[in-house]
Amino acid sequence: MNNIVIAILVLGIMGGVFGLILAIASKVFEVKKDPREEEILGHLAGANCGGCGFAGCSACAAAIVAGKAPVNACAPAGGENAAAIAQIMGVSVGATEKKVAFVRCNGGTNAKKRYEYRGVKDCIGATKIAAGPLDCSFGCLGFGSCVEACKFGAMSIGPNGTAVADPEKCTDCMACAAACPRKLITAVPYASKVHVACSNKDKGKAATSVCAASCIGCGLCEKNCKFDAIHVTDNLAVIDYAKCKNCKVCTKVCPRGAISPIPTPEEKEKFKAVMKAQAEKKAEAAAAAKAAEDAPKA
Amino acid sequence: MEITSLLSISLGAILVNNFIFSQFLGCCPFLGVSKKLDTAMGMGIAVTFVMGLASAITWIVNEFILVKFDLLYMQTVVFILVIAALVQFIEMFLQKSMPALYTALGIYLPLITTNCAVLGVALLNVQNQYNFIESTVYGITGGLGFLLAIVLFAAVRERNVFADCPKCFEGFPIALITAGLMALSFMGFSGLSVWG
Repeated sequence: MNNIVIAILVLGIMGGVFGLILAIASKVFEVKKDPREEEILGHLAGANCGGCGFAGCSACAAAIVAGKAPVNACAPAGGENAAAIAQIMGVSVGATEKKVAFVRCNGGTNAKKRYEYRGVKDCIGATKIAAGPLDCSFGCLGFGSCVEACKFGAMSIGPNGTAVADPEKCTDCMACAAACPRKLITAVPYASKVHVACSNKDKGKAATSVCAASCIGCGLCEKNCKFDAIHVTDNLAVIDYAKCKNCKVCTKVCPRGAISPIPTPEEKEKFKAVMKAQAEKKAEAAAAAKAAEDAPKA
Repeated sequence: MEITSLLSISLGAILVNNFIFSQFLGCCPFLGVSKKLDTAMGMGIAVTFVMGLASAITWIVNEFILVKFDLLYMQTVVFILVIAALVQFIEMFLQKSMPALYTALGIYLPLITTNCAVLGVALLNVQNQYNFIESTVYGITGGLGFLLAIVLFAAVRERNVFADCPKCFEGFPIALITAGLMALSFMGFSGLSVWG
């Protein structure tokens, strides 16, 4: 009986003493934390993706409170949360346009291979051996470093062997862009549907020889664009998203199928027929006008 | 007490009776946080730190409370209490006075509360009838042994990720096999005694 009492007393007293010490310690060693940090953390995406350039979401929240990061530093959280954070911090934030990642390459099976790479399944690893297995020095290697980097399951290797970003799942953290050794992934406006799916800056002949789906800088898209939204610079077509109206004419006139969404052969035929009909109509109208002009003279 | 006995305790704790590879204590953090070399390093350092301190404190508690009141049968429960309180205290202390170390140890410090290697070292100190200095040295070197094991293992696992191994072995199974092989190789140290 005595033993039990002693045991209970000793353990109880020890527990009490430790509890007291901890209670005192929590007061003595109290670290004042900015309560805004916790609040902001609640508005971040919480994926610890590192897209903002900080070690994790809590580091990003601390940086926002310290004023070292903008209130919209967390792209995955979206505009709504950026506005909430701006309110916490007492600043205003401009409307942020939703952006998504886009892989500027449609090479894959279209691209010529120099050798078969059987090493580590990693794009950076592949580029280390004779500058990669592709003839094209700009193309997607398709070993999925970006897929690995994506915390949101938005990246995948598409049916033709190049990486594809899912705009619905993408949160614009751009961790994939940092992982891509070829720097093929750029942020594009979510609302835009037409993108140049090639990054090859080689001149026409060189670009043709390395890939069947490369932009050769022929300028047909530039000529056919009604909105002055696509231009060839450095042998590569570039879309000005501020002007692009998503009419998709450039995708159909491109002889290389380098502008996404890439049209099917039927779509292309249909487009050709429409264009031909339009040209005939124009010619007829011109002929009629000429006839009308000639008529009074006669 | 001689310096050689301390050296033989150290050698035993780091290599011969490595906490992980031959005593199989602290296997959960060993498998759980060994995916990356730097996190493994953080965990190893935190464990070393706590094991050293816990050995010293539990020795005092054992000697001046448990032995005095003839309560040796309560060692386990008392040690758990002491270690849990100690880790909490260390965490608060570090957060205030050494924020750099606090962020470096990060989440690992509170995780160690339930680490069996820490409780193991406290109980082994009593079992081996070590004195205060011997206990502390055993705690610190035991932690260093853990650090060595987890760092080596993390380095192997980092390379294992890229290895071409059968689908069914990918990930955790191959890690367990690796751990087994490493334990086997550490068995080579058994019987090693330099200082008597």
